Amino acid sequence: MSDRVMKSYRFREEREADWAKLEHIVKRAENKGVGGLSDAEISDLPHLYRQAVSSLSVARNISLDQNVVAYLETLCARAYFFVYGTRARMSERIAQFFSRDWPAAVSAARGPTLLAFLCLFGGALLAFFLTLNDNEWYWTLHGGWDSRNPNATYDELRATLYTEDRDIVDMLGAFAAQLFSHNSGIAIFAFALGFAFGIPTAVLLIYNGVYIGSFYAVFWQKGLAYELTGWLFIHGVTELFAIILAGAAGFMIGGAVAFPGRKSRMQSMRDSGEKAAMVIIGAVIMLFIAALLEGFGRQLINIDEVRYSIAGTSLVFWLGYFYIPRRGEVDRRD
Amino acid sequence: MTDAAAINTAAVEEGKRRRARMRLREQMAKRDRTLVTPEGAALTLRISTFGERFGAFLLDIGLQFILIFVIIWGIATIAGAFERQGWQIAFAVAQVLIFFVRNFYFIFFEIGRKAATPGKRALGLRVADRRGGRLTANAVIARNFLRELEFFLPLSVLFSFGGDGVETWITWLLLLWCAVFVLFPLFNKDKLRIGDLVAGTMVIHAPKVRLLKDIASVEPVHDGVITFSTEQLDVYGIHELHVLEDVLRQSTDEIKTNVADRIAKKIGHSPQPGETALSFLEAYYAGLRRRLEQRMLFGDRKEDKYDRR
Repeated sequence: MSDRVMKSYRFREEREADWAKLEHIVKRAENKGVGGLSDAEISDLPHLYRQAVSSLSVARNISLDQNVVAYLETLCARAYFFVYGTRARMSERIAQFFSRDWPAAVSAARGPTLLAFLCLFGGALLAFFLTLNDNEWYWTLHGGWDSRNPNATYDELRATLYTEDRDIVDMLGAFAAQLFSHNSGIAIFAFALGFAFGIPTAVLLIYNGVYIGSFYAVFWQKGLAYELTGWLFIHGVTELFAIILAGAAGFMIGGAVAFPGRKSRMQSMRDSGEKAAMVIIGAVIMLFIAALLEGFGRQLINIDEVRYSIAGTSLVFWLGYFYIPRRGEVDRRD
Repeated sequence: MTDAAAINTAAVEEGKRRRARMRLREQMAKRDRTLVTPEGAALTLRISTFGERFGAFLLDIGLQFILIFVIIWGIATIAGAFERQGWQIAFAVAQVLIFFVRNFYFIFFEIGRKAATPGKRALGLRVADRRGGRLTANAVIARNFLRELEFFLPLSVLFSFGGDGVETWITWLLLLWCAVFVLFPLFNKDKLRIGDLVAGTMVIHAPKVRLLKDIASVEPVHDGVITFSTEQLDVYGIHELHVLEDVLRQSTDEIKTNVADRIAKKIGHSPQPGETALSFLEAYYAGLRRRLEQRMLFGDRKEDKYDRR
């Protein structure tokens, strides 16, 4: 019998138990996370992992058993992804996002943010003055389905700004949900389209600005500008800020593609993609808050002054949160 | 004369088969990426194909549809118990939930420890950092939000056909523009989509492999040990050994008998009493592997049966 025992067989026999142990630990870790492992398993892991990796390089050279090599190959890869993978717990990571990563990413992107701001409000101003001069522009820019058009009377327009009947709270929930989905869609598109040198992002922002601007002009002509501003900005500060930031995220990627500088284009895209992702996920969160303000706040609060004060407070809050520098903390990004 | 011609065509056939095999191996090698771990060991990661990824995507989309359907059904059942107001609340809740499923399904699963959605897991795929570093949450978010551009935008363009004249032309142009994104993974060697490009990720094929019993360890079923001479063992190479391993692990008895017959004929082996096709194959496998591993230790890899050294 002894002549049947080959080197590769003995090699496998000696190490098999350890491989199985490592596989067991990795499987547990994949299913339950680090918390699911016992102290003994955690202390065994590094040594078992290194052993498996060295087994793999030996096996490649001495064993012709495909199954063993393939098995070690995947076992080592799985163990590698775990050993060198993400460690922070979800709750820690979320806390760090709000306390540091998000504001840092936003305040680092001042240039793109300014550009997005100019696109949105430039479009709005342009459409505002065009419509003010000639009402025909409204029909060019909007479809005919909106009742809030230049032909509407003062009373009709004013009625759209205030909610008399507050018995429909449940419907507002639906309203909030609907707006939420729609706006987040625009924000995600503004980000995704940035890839094409940022041009589609700019178009999307200007288009949204034009929409708001022409709408504003209609109310302005009827002397309802003050009321409309309260109606629009109670949530609009948060919402427009979010859309601007989404556009900024798009511009960040577009800029990285167009002007990679000294880095390779791939590297530059990837670096800015990381930062832009933080800005965009933050924008989605802001849109969620905006939808709540729009769905509930605006319908429940019908006094202009209160609407203005909420708008002002949210502006101060966002600006302070993003742009006031804070002390650096230990970097635990992963 | 005819004999010589027959040998000639046989040789040509053999050469063709061998070249085809080499091409196949080359193609597989093209998908391999070597990742050097901090310990200095090289791990081989295999890039997943476009087909695998598309299949995983279809599975995921299907799963999302089922999820959404279940949500709507569940909420409708609950809301049905109430009056009209119940329906309105249900509508709002359903919309929020559907929004979350649609936008965060991929992100939720890929941020998880397995770095793969259920569809990817079913096909043995996972997302990995392109340079072998950590897969960050930001990378996962970036690669999945770009999916809007790569899949949902072209889809909405497809549905916007139906205008007249110029509008149709514009839609065609848009579609062409979108096609660049959709087909992008087909035209680069890492099969990256735009999302991968921006996020610095790649999708690898890493199915779980179970450690099976070593064939060479199986005890012979009969008393006598089948032995082979060195000449008999030098007939085949590593490729044939691997094929034999597959045959022994996966094929039916009929195929095993066939293979055993062919090998016995080729190496000129006369069956001993009590010998079965299986025991012969296992013995030959063990003998061949032993011989080839021995040669390999001396730096002499006999790749296949044509490799005469």
